[in-house]
Amino acid sequence: MTAPVLDTSETPPKRAADRPKRFAALLGSKRLPVYVTAALFVAMYIGGYSRYQNLNFGTGQVVANLFVDNCYLLVAAVGATFVILSGGIDLSIGSMIGFTTMLTAFLVQKEHWPVLLVAPLALAIGAAGGALMGYVIHEFEIQPFIVTLAGLFLFRGLCEMVNKESIQITDHTVTRLALFHIQLPGDTFLSLGAVLSLVVLAAAVYVLHHTRFGRRVYALGGNEHSALLMGVPVGRTKIAVYTVSGFCSAFAGLLFTLYIQSGDPLHALGLELDAIAAVVIGGTLLTGGSGYVLGTLLGVLVLGLIKTLISFEGTLSSWWTKIATGALLLAFILLQRVMAAKRR
Amino acid sequence: MNTVGTETSGTDTATSGASGNEALARLRRAASHRLFWPAVILVGLMLVNLPSTPDYFSIGVRHGHLYGSLINILIFTAPQILVGVGLTLVIATSGIDLSVGAVVAIAGTAACWWVVHASDQNAATTALAAAGIGLAAGLACGAWNGFFVARMGVQPIVATLTLMVAGRGVAQLIGNGQIITVNSSSYALIGGWWGPLPSGILIAAAVVVLTILLTRRTALGMLIEAVGGNAEAARLAGVRATRIKMTAYIFCGFCAAAAGLLLTSNTSSADANNSGLWYELYGILAVVLGGTSLAGGRFHIGGTVLGALVIGTLNNTLFALGVPSQSNLVFEGGVVIVVCLLGSPKFRTKVLNLRPGRRLPVPAAPTTEA
Repeated sequence: MTAPVLDTSETPPKRAADRPKRFAALLGSKRLPVYVTAALFVAMYIGGYSRYQNLNFGTGQVVANLFVDNCYLLVAAVGATFVILSGGIDLSIGSMIGFTTMLTAFLVQKEHWPVLLVAPLALAIGAAGGALMGYVIHEFEIQPFIVTLAGLFLFRGLCEMVNKESIQITDHTVTRLALFHIQLPGDTFLSLGAVLSLVVLAAAVYVLHHTRFGRRVYALGGNEHSALLMGVPVGRTKIAVYTVSGFCSAFAGLLFTLYIQSGDPLHALGLELDAIAAVVIGGTLLTGGSGYVLGTLLGVLVLGLIKTLISFEGTLSSWWTKIATGALLLAFILLQRVMAAKRR
Repeated sequence: MNTVGTETSGTDTATSGASGNEALARLRRAASHRLFWPAVILVGLMLVNLPSTPDYFSIGVRHGHLYGSLINILIFTAPQILVGVGLTLVIATSGIDLSVGAVVAIAGTAACWWVVHASDQNAATTALAAAGIGLAAGLACGAWNGFFVARMGVQPIVATLTLMVAGRGVAQLIGNGQIITVNSSSYALIGGWWGPLPSGILIAAAVVVLTILLTRRTALGMLIEAVGGNAEAARLAGVRATRIKMTAYIFCGFCAAAAGLLLTSNTSSADANNSGLWYELYGILAVVLGGTSLAGGRFHIGGTVLGALVIGTLNNTLFALGVPSQSNLVFEGGVVIVVCLLGSPKFRTKVLNLRPGRRLPVPAAPTTEA
């Protein structure tokens, strides 16, 4: 629902295109990627609406489903936003999600543990895993990508150690939670996962934009050395950032479990790219220090809309989603490079 | 550098003092060689197999082909050596290529797609054209990565991560989402037996030797290290940094494509989802084990080959010991971290109490006393 609000602000770029001065100023604006993304979302929605009108594309539920079907991606991308804002990267997101689905399914289905116990445990493991990676990154000054890449392999391997085959969850509580819906006006509904993901988003907005920790994350991403000289506790902030990412990944894993009601060692394979893509498309600089969490929401919605359009098209296969995501990510990275060059 | 004299004591009881010291000094010098520890691990892993398979080291001839455990390991490792060599040069320029696994899949599927659609699958020209198409696909992927990293200045991780995920999609697109099975004797020959030797070993050996010659007998290796050490300084010194980086990525794509051809030809089928899966892990692990710094600026092709052999032998040993294969990933991910930690100056000063710049202590000295 945020998209229509934002799209009012995307008219200036079109008009400014004729005026070189304003155009140049716009290219330097931090918000440009957000505008572009909002415009892209609206254009894609209008395109889809005109093409699949008779297939009920216009109903509110199609928009609501963007939140329902991508709740786990939103939460994962929020975690990734913290890391990327701080100038780092987390490649272990997808594996962590896969591991969480596997662990949850195993403990609930095979060991008959209560869900209320399993969920906090999974979150704690995710946060601890993230904290450990953050600790290694900061304390021993190893590049984040190699540490989190090792994390990617570790957690994917652990998935298969928990159980080699996928586990279907038939537990009563899980099924009831998965079927829980919140009715919205206009004959639409949101699932529990979608609501929870929006709560996480709201919390992230508050933390990043209204707390001291949030300012520190931005400072760290802007320039680590300056942040250190300014008195930002660099080490603690860095570890906290990766802890948040690990926690969000585990949370996303729980939502994914709820969404798909099974655990599988290959769940969420490559989801880190989707999360990173959502963050970058949402206007966060890959080099860190600049960006918005609400932009990330927009990025997730764009990716979700691509998936929706491909499923409405029907004849296009699912791997087109991967290709489109990759292409879009690259396009936005190039936009960032052009902007950075202009600003200099 | 040489601090031997201060620490030796009591080791020379059996032999005369001078020659004992000399032997120890030689051992120390050998141990400080960068290939010493990988080699020790490799030999150790092989010896682990000896009790359960006494004929582990024997190589025989069956139906005119060499066979034996070591040959099997070499066949299995050849594609990984190829990928590792390409990755070594990319990492030397302080880059990274996460897309090697996807490129393996793209090249393999593209080649198999060509064979399936050829009028005569068995014709030698079909296999040659397929190989050409596979390699061209690899070169194109490498050029794609190189363009974004070297020309556009995108971080290597992100540029290649995109191809890592989207590339699998491209491979599935080529194969239409299905495993392509080819029925071509000439294509099977690419990864089959050339005389008594499996082709993979020959191809990998040729690529390794050519790469070493090209980088160490010409200035190319030094230029690559200069770019990896400090790209801007290298550029100011007159090195065409962009071109060098670009070349490294293209070469890496080429190597990954060659590995893809070997793999698909070996099994006569191309699986877009699974061929080359986790090759980026194996490649990085081989590079790191071989003593190439992930920060760039230094590379050792020979070390990478040894590293790949260690991984191959490790997988083979774990399999022979009946360890479930799914724990390999955990183990190998752990090894990457441990090797990176040992290479981190901070870890060495903080945890191991070593001053930076000093080599790891050599545990060989105390054991000779016992």
